[in-house]
Amino acid sequence: MKFLDEYRDARIARTLAKEVAANTTRDWVLMEICGGQTHTIMRYGLDEILPKQIELVHGPGCPVCVTPLETIDKAIALALHPDVILVSYGDMLRVPGSNSDLFRAKAEGADVRVAYSPSEAVKIARANPDKKVVFLAIGFETTAPANAMAAWLAKRDGLKNLSLLVSHVLVPPAIRALLATPENRVQGFIAPGHVCTVMGYSEYEGLVRDFNVPIVVGGFEPVDLLEAVLMLVKQLERGEARVENQYVRSVTYQGNVRAQEVVREVFEIADQKWRGIGMIPNSGLRLSDAYADYDANRIFDLDLISADEPAECISAKVLQGLRKPTDCPAFAIRCTPENPLGAPMVSSEGACAAYYHYRRHAGSLTKIAV
Amino acid sequence: MCLAIPGKIVSVEEANGLRSARIQFGGIVRQASLDFVPEAQVGDYVMVHVGYAISRVDAAEAERTYQLLEEMGALEEELPESSD
Ligand code: SF4
Repeated sequence: MKFLDEYRDARIARTLAKEVAANTTRDWVLMEICGGQTHTIMRYGLDEILPKQIELVHGPGCPVCVTPLETIDKAIALALHPDVILVSYGDMLRVPGSNSDLFRAKAEGADVRVAYSPSEAVKIARANPDKKVVFLAIGFETTAPANAMAAWLAKRDGLKNLSLLVSHVLVPPAIRALLATPENRVQGFIAPGHVCTVMGYSEYEGLVRDFNVPIVVGGFEPVDLLEAVLMLVKQLERGEARVENQYVRSVTYQGNVRAQEVVREVFEIADQKWRGIGMIPNSGLRLSDAYADYDANRIFDLDLISADEPAECISAKVLQGLRKPTDCPAFAIRCTPENPLGAPMVSSEGACAAYYHYRRHAGSLTKIAV
Repeated sequence: MCLAIPGKIVSVEEANGLRSARIQFGGIVRQASLDFVPEAQVGDYVMVHVGYAISRVDAAEAERTYQLLEEMGALEEELPESSD
């Protein structure tokens, strides 16, 4: 496929890795924010073809992983209402709530439907006027415009039976929170290319200024990520800190203005809880007052008591790049994608799942070198 | 979840005030909304995420970056294998 295959070219990847080695004189700790990027790194063994001095730590950019436990519990409780159809992205079904998950709720008779796009939630609401359709609208900035469209269309067309259970997180406030923690080791960031496709990258300039840390907007293919690493290393070795854009084929400085407008029309910025990490000020989105009639949190009166995460699960540390999944005592033993203890083992973007699929056996071969 | 895939617009249609397209991804064709990329036309490549095109792929930029990368790769072939 055009604009895909060429960025998986092993020859170019190897050359870039050598170029990184030639430019590296000391140890650097870099973080890729997005779980999709983590997946590519593990799948192609990019960490293994880079010089030993470059340590890649994995960031919190897995929307499924950071959706709060309470939201999952609410979704399950709503799904079990006889007059509710709960519509969700497929990745959410096996995410553990306090006592159950949506997959189990479905098996128990709840009407849970998997949608690929928010527009399907709108269709389901139109086709089922006697049911209350709740769309579990989760995601980062990338997904916010599409999720916003579901509410926007419902309002425009006077659909009274569609509401959104929203859990939306924002990347720049999360990077700020990570950089402000005393334990932080990260010296350079690969910013998420699809978040920036929507939002542009002006928001990252403040972070570079305040923390003197280079940030490179990166794509999702092996060549993209290696080039982003090279750009970061060159800046770090020269003592520079700037925002650069590796993913020029999709990202512009101002981003997708039209998509941002829809997000601003439907949502407003709010404090947001991140599963495993806790509350981060102004790091999320909620439906604005003009869309209160479409807010499942306001329509349904839900008072739920959430249990704590299993004590064994170190996902809080994994999501902040402080520990690797393989440091977890439950990894691949009591915690597997079939029986996950924590959310990062569920999603294909979760670091634990990526390690499980590609790095269960020590000394795995470098996949890109074939 | 933040996955977005490049696909080629094969046809465009408008209904109910919304613009959508049939988009080809390798051998598969899928419908996606063009609401966020009003400038996109038949033949353009767009990045599609959960049924919505979120950008028009800048083919000229992609070409230029790729050529630079290609040259790096080509250069490498002319050099002896380094011992790593
Ligand atoms: S391996 Fe499982 S239990 Fe351990 S941190 Fe990851 S999700 Fe939690």
